[in-house]
Amino acid sequence: MPLEKRRKTPEEFLRECQAEEAAATQQGHLKIILGYASGVGKTHRLLDEARRRRERGQDVIVGAMQPKVPSEVEPILRKLEVIPLMSIDGGVAVDVNAIVRRHPMVCFIDGLAYDNPPGARNPTRWQDVTDILNAGIKVVASINIQYVAELAPQIEALTGKTVTQTVPIHFIQSASEIEIVDAPLVEPIERSPAGAFDARNRQQRLSKLREMTLVLAADVVDQQLNAYLEEHGIHQQFGAHERILVCITPRSNLAEMLETARTVAERFHAELTVAYVDQPNLSPADRAALDQRLEEARRAGARIEILHGESPSAAILDFANTHGVTQLFVGHSQRSGLRSRVWGNPVDALIARSRGMDIRVFPQ
Amino acid sequence: MVERTSETTGATEPGAAGQSELQNSASAAPGLRRNPERHRGRLKIFMGYAAGVGKTYSMLEEGHVLKAQGVDVVIGYFEPHGRKDTIAKSEGLEIVPRKEVDYRGSVFEEMDTAAIVARHPQVCLVDEFPHTNIPGCNREKRWQDVQVLLEEGVDVLTTMNIQHLESLNDQVWHISGVRVRETIPDWVVQQADEVVMTDVTPRALLHRLQRGVVYGKEKADQAMQNFFREQTLVALRELALRQAAYEVEHRLGDAGAASPAQQPLSGRLHKILVLITEDPETAMLIRRARRVSDFLSAECFAVAVQPAGDLSGLSQKEREAFEKHLNFARNLHIETRIIEGDDVARALVDFAHRNEITQIFLAQPLESKWVLPLISRNLVKRVVELAKDVQIVIVSRRMR
Repeated sequence: MPLEKRRKTPEEFLRECQAEEAAATQQGHLKIILGYASGVGKTHRLLDEARRRRERGQDVIVGAMQPKVPSEVEPILRKLEVIPLMSIDGGVAVDVNAIVRRHPMVCFIDGLAYDNPPGARNPTRWQDVTDILNAGIKVVASINIQYVAELAPQIEALTGKTVTQTVPIHFIQSASEIEIVDAPLVEPIERSPAGAFDARNRQQRLSKLREMTLVLAADVVDQQLNAYLEEHGIHQQFGAHERILVCITPRSNLAEMLETARTVAERFHAELTVAYVDQPNLSPADRAALDQRLEEARRAGARIEILHGESPSAAILDFANTHGVTQLFVGHSQRSGLRSRVWGNPVDALIARSRGMDIRVFPQ
Repeated sequence: MVERTSETTGATEPGAAGQSELQNSASAAPGLRRNPERHRGRLKIFMGYAAGVGKTYSMLEEGHVLKAQGVDVVIGYFEPHGRKDTIAKSEGLEIVPRKEVDYRGSVFEEMDTAAIVARHPQVCLVDEFPHTNIPGCNREKRWQDVQVLLEEGVDVLTTMNIQHLESLNDQVWHISGVRVRETIPDWVVQQADEVVMTDVTPRALLHRLQRGVVYGKEKADQAMQNFFREQTLVALRELALRQAAYEVEHRLGDAGAASPAQQPLSGRLHKILVLITEDPETAMLIRRARRVSDFLSAECFAVAVQPAGDLSGLSQKEREAFEKHLNFARNLHIETRIIEGDDVARALVDFAHRNEITQIFLAQPLESKWVLPLISRNLVKRVVELAKDVQIVIVSRRMR
């Protein structure tokens, strides 16, 4: 797809305004260091960044540390200025007032997912961090994937542990930068003894957590990429994130299309949208069939889009091109009398005019 | 119909005629499963998305950790790029001296695989996995040298960037404008026991570049104008993160328990068939089909259709193009056939039906040339019409 600058649609304009507003209200710059388990080295990565920034002459402080500090980071920590947590009613919380008064360039928070004791400024630590950011201070904070609120059910099913102190995913997604620590645990190349069933189970759990961490980071990066492209008026789709668009009609063999789409979406960690090009004068029977298909698609977790346009293929391609679709699913016999005589067979048109995507034609 | 198997040499040999073609292919098209042999060394890849993200540094750091644990570690090849931090990190690790290779009057240095095998450490650190050796070495690619070390039972830690993965070549070109020549077949990476992402944010990377940590000043400026544009880096990083996630999921399947990656698509095993032609778009088609097959845990086959059942009826130029594409597919562990038929669509679909193919991959018909489009557009149309119960995937060009 060529680079092109074109006039913004009202939706794009609105989104830009919203983005600017959000940027204006959140002055500080948040960087998140995301790990998949404790012990992967988040604290080390965090403090190492603090050390390097300090060596480059930046004014850095540590605003929160984990209760237990790994021994190898102690020497780094000793060289850094720490604003200690304050005690409230036997609990502890970040001393937001002291940090804002001190007003460093960068504040480091090791461990985001803590609830504050009653009587603290905010119920949770991530809200404290928001206050620090709003004071115009840059924050670098670490978190373990297991404490992301929206992933809690998945994590619980996986680990059997219930997590109570969490951070909402939108806070993670609002970060200006995200970095993952994908280091292996304990032994780098582990020679696990044969038949060590527990070790293998543990390894599997950790692998699953690693995968979730990588995908979450990729999703955040994808949002940042789109924001960057939008901000710079670049209308180019990179296709790093696979996006599937399933085009249906009242007569589509939805079952097979949806089944394949769900599998492909799952394997590629892809986004799934089901679209229908609105047609006037649909018979009541067709309308009912369509509604039933859309309902099925919705139940399968797909996003639904109703497209409009004289030419179905043009409407589909326009949507696909502006939304970064990489895989387009269509049924074979998508013709409808007069329309196909005027516009040609829509499937042929899609095949001829698409760029940068796969067109998957399903037998009907 | 006579069908013939071509071997990895690229020559087309007369084979057993008319046998049910694909039944024995599971073992012949490995690619997905890790080598089960006990004494094979283990491979770990540090994956990044650009120069300067810290792959080599992480690898060396792990080398030190291993050494501290009493493991016998050597550096087999290490590319300092004049980076102070990295060079300092290599100190204290034994280095197996490089081998000097004469080529056209100049002397080049390459990894001395034979010397490493003779030294036989437990773990060997090998930088720049996708490197192409100077002509005159025993093997063309460094990843092939690494295969030798692994076969000898040496564990290997190595480094690579996402843009060198074969199946992403078109996408990387689309994102960065760079056609990467040094690629690694996906199966080589899939055979690794572990793929770890070396992550740093593009902003931090650009700062490193500006501070002259990665390249000298002049080269850094040039790099930032080209490959190191922020949007390119962000997109490549996203590709790397998603690939790393896939590699993790893929290995989850290997560990034994039923994982999504091992369950066949739609409750049945999918088989993907790619049509090979002399069209230059075939390389892109093969890459995409390989990638989709891997992600869907499907088997992948490629066929060319010729009236004679071999390439004899073609001009030299056409034959070379066909052979190049057949070889390319085989190098990606796709089993290939040349099938006999005057009518390409009919022969392809018949083959698909006989062999329980569930998806056929075709390249998008070209629009601009004036003879080819009619033929190839008709081909797509006819395959769609003839194929029953088969999904047809038309791969359109990833353009700049």
